[in-house]
Amino acid sequence: MARIKHPKILTASDLKQGDVIFFTGTGWSRHHLDAKPAQTDGEIAALEAQAKADVAANRILDVQIIDVALREDGRPEPIHYREKMRTLGPSVRRDLGKQAAS
Amino acid sequence: MNVPVKPQHFYSYDEFDAAFVRSRVAEFREQVQRRLSGALTEEEFRPLRLMNGLYLQLHAYMLRIAVPYGTLSSTQMRQFAHIAEKWDKGYGHFTTRQNIQFNWPKLVDVPDILDALADVNMHAIQTSGNCIRNVTADHFSGVAADEIADPRPTAELLRQWSSNHPEFSFLPRKFKVAVSGAVHDRAATRVHDVGLRIVQNEGGEIGYEVLAGGGLGRTPMVGHIVREFLPKAELLPYMEALMRVYNSHGRRDNKFKARIKILVHETGLDEIREQIEAEFESLDKAAIAADPAEIARIEAQFVPPAYEALPDVSDVMKKAKAANSEFARFVDINTAPHKQAGYTIVTVSLKPIGGVPGDATAAQMRVLAEVSDKYSLSELRVSHEQNIVLPYVKKDDLFALWQELKAADLATANASLITDIISCPGLDYCSLATARSIPIAQAISERFADPDRQRLIGKLGIKISGCINACGHHHVAGIGILGLEKSGEESYQITLGGDPTLSASIGERLGPGLRAEEVPDAIERIVGVYLAHRDLDEDFIHTYRRIGHDAFKSALVTGTPRAPAASPLDQGGGI
Ligand code: HEM
Ligand code: SF4
Repeated sequence: MARIKHPKILTASDLKQGDVIFFTGTGWSRHHLDAKPAQTDGEIAALEAQAKADVAANRILDVQIIDVALREDGRPEPIHYREKMRTLGPSVRRDLGKQAAS
Repeated sequence: MNVPVKPQHFYSYDEFDAAFVRSRVAEFREQVQRRLSGALTEEEFRPLRLMNGLYLQLHAYMLRIAVPYGTLSSTQMRQFAHIAEKWDKGYGHFTTRQNIQFNWPKLVDVPDILDALADVNMHAIQTSGNCIRNVTADHFSGVAADEIADPRPTAELLRQWSSNHPEFSFLPRKFKVAVSGAVHDRAATRVHDVGLRIVQNEGGEIGYEVLAGGGLGRTPMVGHIVREFLPKAELLPYMEALMRVYNSHGRRDNKFKARIKILVHETGLDEIREQIEAEFESLDKAAIAADPAEIARIEAQFVPPAYEALPDVSDVMKKAKAANSEFARFVDINTAPHKQAGYTIVTVSLKPIGGVPGDATAAQMRVLAEVSDKYSLSELRVSHEQNIVLPYVKKDDLFALWQELKAADLATANASLITDIISCPGLDYCSLATARSIPIAQAISERFADPDRQRLIGKLGIKISGCINACGHHHVAGIGILGLEKSGEESYQITLGGDPTLSASIGERLGPGLRAEEVPDAIERIVGVYLAHRDLDEDFIHTYRRIGHDAFKSALVTGTPRAPAASPLDQGGGI
């Protein structure tokens, strides 16, 4: 299986709440560090299939598969600043969004 | 439950309006249920939620609520505070389209929020989609000293005509109408799809100058006069004709070329005028024109309040000004001339130094409602500058009002000054954004915080958009800032010389994009060039036009910028 340039994770919005969520391999988490990175074309295809299934099950919307870099502990951090914003919440309201909880 | 609505000097729903809004909420409640049960897919549901003002944004859903022509009662403002606390995160964002947006509603709660809005005669219909959007108007309507006629009866007539108009609910693209009734254009009529200016002809008759084809976004254009004088009674037939021409000929093949500005541009002004006039002639005008009784009914709802007969000069205010320089500054900067002697129009700035432009907390909304009850006949306005206006304040009451505003951090004296910055939500909230805009506004505001310096600089509009859609009006700013992405980083493009008024012009690009932290220094240098060249009391746009664009080019050359003070950008985003 071909190696890819960047590992990828699956992210979406929760249908009922609107929250940004990440696929962990077994379910969905509000925290990107829980996301399971895909490293090969095959693993990416699995994320795509997962996204399709959960869209069809009316659990999520606005699906995206995004590039990440892996930290030393193997956990993923998005590369693009837009996606970093999505993991945190508004930079101008640090009391709100995910950053407030962490 | 219906919250009792106080007597007001603007339109309130009749039974038909109220029943219609309620039935729309009930319908949407059912649609949400069907979405949650899976009976509707997102593809099917999306247009339905957008028709009810519900977007999906970067971090959450976002609900955009229409504030018709920016006019609000204290009861409605209180309800916003209630919604912010009960279903959102304790605040709301007032927008350049005179609306309010809530940034964190949950899909499951939205039907309840819409019911709470219906309780106070409000809704979120036609705040999205390819329809005629919430009609905007001069925020000093009905009270400005330079007014020819109150534009709100016109805006209300258009609201009723365009709400649920079957023929115009699937236009090629969104359609925005602004109405102004004063000598000075405070409604940016020349950068709307249609701008209506109330004018008086040589015979003394009141009518409209009709502008069409203005707009911002990726192809900014200044609108053209398509009809110099339209008699008042012919407004709806003419609008119907204009909309028909747009609806039949506006491009649908390319979303970026679908606004009426492109049609006017590609067809040519003379030809488009002829098409509208031909369509107009072919219509059964009498059948379309509003019934004079209905016009009279609407106008009767906007009658001026029973003003007290007061001397124009208020001794109370004069004394307070002499004793308190901070208050004096507020009066000089944040009040505007009123039609009625002894009264003034107060702008409450939602731009505290370092704050988020246009945001107000629930507590501030309650203070605004309360001071409007006490001092402004329970009425407020949302301005397209993202501020709140109190239209009927007695000069005698101004000091008391100011003290209450000050206690709620609402007395920033910067209306129209360099820190009265318009900013769209940008990448802090918006999923279409290419860069953040609010932190740039905050950094500039901190840089120019000194009130004396602001006053010395004088009127200068800075407007910031977080992408090419230009929701922050950056094209028509003296200094415009557009956030873009360049090589994986946020980058800011500066334009100079934009103007939203009757002398409208689109700003010209100054040079290559800057990094976020370079922006305040660049603004500093632009202001430096202006101050070095301005004639006495000449405002920025006039100096700019006189000395020309090139004179400002040196401002982008990064020399030895001042050491940046700790600014919100340093902490911004944690990225
Ligand atoms: C959900 C967030 C938003 C989305 C998705 C959005 C989308 C857009 C788009 C796509 C355009 C370009 C339209 C065109 O060129 O045809 C636009 C223009 C505009 N929007 Fe927004 N916008 C959002 C928020 C806002 C906010 C918060 C404001 C007010 C502060 C606003 C006011 C405007 C204005 C004034 C324009 C330019 C006028 C024009 O339509 O030509 N928008 N918006
Ligand atoms: S200008 Fe762009 S970033 Fe700003 S609100 Fe509009 S669409 Fe969003």
